[in-house]
Amino acid sequence: MTRPAGIPMIEFDGVTKRFGETVIFEGFDFRVNREEKLALIGPSGSGKTTVLRILMTLEPIQDGVVRLDGEPLLHEEKNGVLVPAGKAHLTRMRQRVGMVFQQFNLFPHMTVLRNLTEAPIHVQGMGKEEAREEAMRLLDMVGLAGRAKARPHELSGGQQQRVAIARALAMHPKVMLFDEPTSALDPELVGEVLGVIDVLRQERDLTMLLVTHEIWFAERFADRICFFDKGRIIEEGTPEELLHHPREKRTREFLRAIMDHT
Amino acid sequence: MPVELSWDWGYAVSCLPALLRGLGVTLQAMLAGYALALGLGLVWALLRRAAPAPVARATVGFIELVRSTPLLVQLYALYFLLPEVGVSPSALTVGILGLGLHYSAYLSEVYRAGLDAVPREQWEAARALSLGAPRTYRSVVLPQAVPPMIPVMGNYLVSLLKDTPLLSAITVVEMLHRAKIQGSESFRYVEPVTLVGVAFLVISLAAGGVIRRAEARWSSVEGHPR
Repeated sequence: MTRPAGIPMIEFDGVTKRFGETVIFEGFDFRVNREEKLALIGPSGSGKTTVLRILMTLEPIQDGVVRLDGEPLLHEEKNGVLVPAGKAHLTRMRQRVGMVFQQFNLFPHMTVLRNLTEAPIHVQGMGKEEAREEAMRLLDMVGLAGRAKARPHELSGGQQQRVAIARALAMHPKVMLFDEPTSALDPELVGEVLGVIDVLRQERDLTMLLVTHEIWFAERFADRICFFDKGRIIEEGTPEELLHHPREKRTREFLRAIMDHT
Repeated sequence: MPVELSWDWGYAVSCLPALLRGLGVTLQAMLAGYALALGLGLVWALLRRAAPAPVARATVGFIELVRSTPLLVQLYALYFLLPEVGVSPSALTVGILGLGLHYSAYLSEVYRAGLDAVPREQWEAARALSLGAPRTYRSVVLPQAVPPMIPVMGNYLVSLLKDTPLLSAITVVEMLHRAKIQGSESFRYVEPVTLVGVAFLVISLAAGGVIRRAEARWSSVEGHPR
């Protein structure tokens, strides 16, 4: 199902998100265009990871509407009104989104191959042989076709994260979310994971959202960078604009702090 | 005056056929009771986690009730109450039901601890792949939750075995009851009761062996290749 190119892939409309008393967003608006590569940067607790978790339907929202590909994500229309989405709607919408977690979150008791085939077989009803072939193709793409029979604990962190990327891709999502995909890795393993993300960026007509502290990679990766602070987008623009000519004082402070650190 | 215990091999051997019949009943009660307990225990644990609040609360209440009253009382209750509601199963069936229900309450706590120990991130990864709740339990959560439970579950198997003589209270002629009948006929209790004790020991040790093998087989899940 393709929609007119004018409709953004992702829309947050007046979204409010609270954890108990703590307000993460209030009336938050946010747009991501089709096939856009977006990097989200900012201090921890600024809400950038929460944006991803809401899109993956891991977090409920308290107010507002999130649309994915023009359709409400966490709501569905019943008799002309939006009501909280039921399971069937969520399952359908979720399949358009894939997520890569900071801690990889592979299934430790399954082989690498089965990590990739489990959902296509049981959610999308794909045949076992077809799922296996597709999984091998994806493992080959992330450079791990030789480790299909390994268990996650036999792999390095970087390899596990590459498997996790392949696992998310196996569902053929339209949107890929990367939540600090290299933060849990030893420094020498960061490159191989970012390399895979870079390949995806070039080869796939995917909408991609990357939360990262690797500013140099954000610069290379992103069409647009959003700087988050305290649940708001303080400033956004092309990498050139945001990283080299930031307008806001808060952005400059953050960038300076990050640069000093690395 | 020293008590002298005599042992008559001929008599011991003559007891064996009757005791083996009792052994059969004991094993049936143990295996069927434990299978029931394993299944129901999981059901209770899942109801507690996932059912609507009133059902979850009722389940907790039921578990507490079962754990706070003696098995013997529960056996009598089932034995005398089931016919009142129009069901008249055999005494052994009632016994199996009683053992199964009783131990299901304990095993549900074991399941609960095991399920709680699976990291939240595993649930999130499953959800991100659109796996539904039943599939997530089956493919992701239970295979990680069960292996660490196996030793504790094994303890309950042995414990259940040792409770099977209680079934004699509701007229089930299991192994120990058989030995008492044997003893009362010949006024010699030492041989049959000793043999029954040895049989319990052997079954317990065998059960322990099975549990350890299951543990070794499943430990691959903990991160060691098979």
